[in-house]
Amino acid sequence: MDKKPFDGIKFLDFTWAGVGPFTGNFLTYYGAMTIRVETATRPDPIRFGMPGRGGAAVINEEGRISRHPELEYGPTYSITHPVYKYDITLNLKLPKAIEVFKSLVAWADVIVENFTTGVMERLGLGYEELKKIKPSIIMYRTNGYGHTGPMAGQPGLGMTVTALTGMHGIAGWPGQPPTPVSSFYTDHLAPLFGGLTLISAIDYMRRTGKGQCIDHSQVEAGINYMAPLVLDYTVNGRELALTGNRSSIAAPHGAYPCRGDDRWVAIGVYNDQEWAAFCDVVGNPAWTGEGKYATLAGRIENSDELDKLVGEWTVSFTPEQVMAMMQDAGVAAGVVANARDQEEDPQFRYYDFFREREHPYMGKHNFYHPPGFRLSEVDAEVSAPTLLGEHTEYICRDILGMTEHEFNELRKAGVFD
Amino acid sequence: MLGCYRVLDLTNEKGFLCGKALGDLGADVIKIEPPGGEPARNTGPFYHDIPNPEKSLYWFAFNASKRGITLDIETADGREIFLKLVKTADVVIESYPPGYMDDLGLGYDILSEINPGIILTSVSGFGQEGPYRDYNDRDIAVWAMSGFMYLMGDADHPPLVPSYTHGHLVGAMNAAVGTAVALCHRQVTGHGQKVDAITHQALCFAISIATKVPWGMNRTIPTRRDNNRARAKDGETYFPFFWECKDGYVVLTLMFNPTYESSNRAFVEWIRSSGTDPGVLGRINWQGDSWMNYTVKDVDEAREIISAFFKSRTKIELNDGALERRIQLNPLLSPKDQLVFRQLVERDYWIEVEHPELNEKITYPGAFVKLSDARCGIRCRAPLIGEHNGEVYGELGFTAQDLLLMKQRRII
Repeated sequence: MDKKPFDGIKFLDFTWAGVGPFTGNFLTYYGAMTIRVETATRPDPIRFGMPGRGGAAVINEEGRISRHPELEYGPTYSITHPVYKYDITLNLKLPKAIEVFKSLVAWADVIVENFTTGVMERLGLGYEELKKIKPSIIMYRTNGYGHTGPMAGQPGLGMTVTALTGMHGIAGWPGQPPTPVSSFYTDHLAPLFGGLTLISAIDYMRRTGKGQCIDHSQVEAGINYMAPLVLDYTVNGRELALTGNRSSIAAPHGAYPCRGDDRWVAIGVYNDQEWAAFCDVVGNPAWTGEGKYATLAGRIENSDELDKLVGEWTVSFTPEQVMAMMQDAGVAAGVVANARDQEEDPQFRYYDFFREREHPYMGKHNFYHPPGFRLSEVDAEVSAPTLLGEHTEYICRDILGMTEHEFNELRKAGVFD
Repeated sequence: MLGCYRVLDLTNEKGFLCGKALGDLGADVIKIEPPGGEPARNTGPFYHDIPNPEKSLYWFAFNASKRGITLDIETADGREIFLKLVKTADVVIESYPPGYMDDLGLGYDILSEINPGIILTSVSGFGQEGPYRDYNDRDIAVWAMSGFMYLMGDADHPPLVPSYTHGHLVGAMNAAVGTAVALCHRQVTGHGQKVDAITHQALCFAISIATKVPWGMNRTIPTRRDNNRARAKDGETYFPFFWECKDGYVVLTLMFNPTYESSNRAFVEWIRSSGTDPGVLGRINWQGDSWMNYTVKDVDEAREIISAFFKSRTKIELNDGALERRIQLNPLLSPKDQLVFRQLVERDYWIEVEHPELNEKITYPGAFVKLSDARCGIRCRAPLIGEHNGEVYGELGFTAQDLLLMKQRRII
């Protein structure tokens, strides 16, 4: 029987949107049994991917909604939950639902949540309460700004949280407003710090029996990526200048136009060796011999002209051709890849990065992928996401041990809405 | 939490942050540099702009929480010493060109023979295998292939790279997560393994929501030409993502998604209560509309109203107002702003790290998480070249005399 890193770990996923799932998913990819708690009364906004698709709600014989197809048509949900989770819906406005939730906490080793400050406490589910139910519980709480301070309680959203990390100000053309790296950049970057911590807490708990409450502020984690910029300011009083595609340590450096509509290749030449190789690849035209391009300093100073000359060469080729020629000669170059390029990328294909899975409502797609690392002894398990409330009965009867009668009473009372 | 683990850190700038993060969680991280120091110590910015390998702020930032030794693993003597260290360690992290460690006789097969529990984490731009394995993986090439570059910027310019080069930082954190998973796996299996941490994939993972969904569902390719544009029923017009304000920029989420209706309404109300007619903004049905229900003239009107509202207010005024009214609106902060930003200051986020040889304390970013039963955060400043040679080699039984000879022989 193949052993998995998180064998025996019972993980209660009480998250929504991006950051929470991206953190907890590492556990589910690698063998944790994950129960995800949702509610149809206030669904995860990520489920609203493609409105109007999926059809009408499915009503059961008791007149209750048992399926919400319109909430299963969100392709983005496949990116945030590409793993098999046992899904239960609980309407936590009802005290009986909170009792069920507490039973799940008693079952769990790890709980991950990303609610606004105070929500868990108001439900009677703060860390101190959960510790009473299970002393070794690992509770991981992530939110935009932290659970204390003047911004505690302000809901965090990727776009706005990223603004406070500084990540929205690191790219742009000189004299122009900054340009985002992506609108929600911190949504993916903060969970790497968070995931590391969560996994380390499991490691620690297995060794010592001790649990942990992990308070993760996405802004505070995000600023860790910016440390050199912080130090440059605290020590030297200097702020980052936006330099477009210019580098102070390489030339040519930037995006060069290629054959086709909006096709580009990125090239970076960092030293004399690479420059000599670059010149060979482009056929040693006369301009490469000009004195002003002989040194790195000269190339950087004359970047505008140099870029124009390089572009006049690259434009006859496809970006794949330029990349292959340059890389063969040891020069850094890469296709400026669009979504189609990524699907066809031979390196992704070699690693089987994008995997096709079948979703009951959306059909077959290959959005699904593992994390960006590979372990030699175990593979990440990638699957299409499960449906809202798909395992409610299974969880209640088989895991929590409810009788059929108990389960039906709760269902009639609306506990599982 | 990771205090019982020892990590041997052979990385260059492509992997520094991995060891630093493990060190912040308590691991004993030993940075191994070539004699004379790691070449990445020449990466700026520098302390008071003094270009010295002991004064690189980049080095300081990502090698804090580590001890430092020098060792030339390209020599036979160095390799023998390295294997002695491996016996005492749990993890080796490296960011050499794929195959380099194997060529030196220090591949996983050798390391695991000496120490079956050892985890070898290799960070690279494209991966340890595959057709691009030997590619020159400078940041710009990986960034381009990740999918980010194509989407950055606008229709009037070529695709853009960040002015702050940081792709490898994401790759390094990706490696840290993989390492932690391998440590947990070891608890279950009793032995180590290899971790192939691939920056290209880590970055692609971070943008796949924006690229994969339109391509996968509709075979449409998102481009930077869509940035800062709103599509109305009768055409397209400029609608910025970042809005200029009195002293900088802000980002406003005005999304046509039911979840954000109350934020949108609160924003419109703020405009109205400031004495300005919100015009078309006041008529939008946030539950069902999109800009496609409106004309270019409407969008332009909305843009002008929002723009004027922001231009007359500062970042902090807008932040305070957004907090009070629960609006999804934040200023773009740079380190200058962050150092005095109330939320960070009141949470005691910033920490002072001692640099005795510089005779001062420098302010660094604080812990990436707060823990109830352990400590996360910088343990000590980044090491000087060979600073802990005595300590670490002393543990292995080397005397001061031995170290002198090793130094002269260019082993350390």
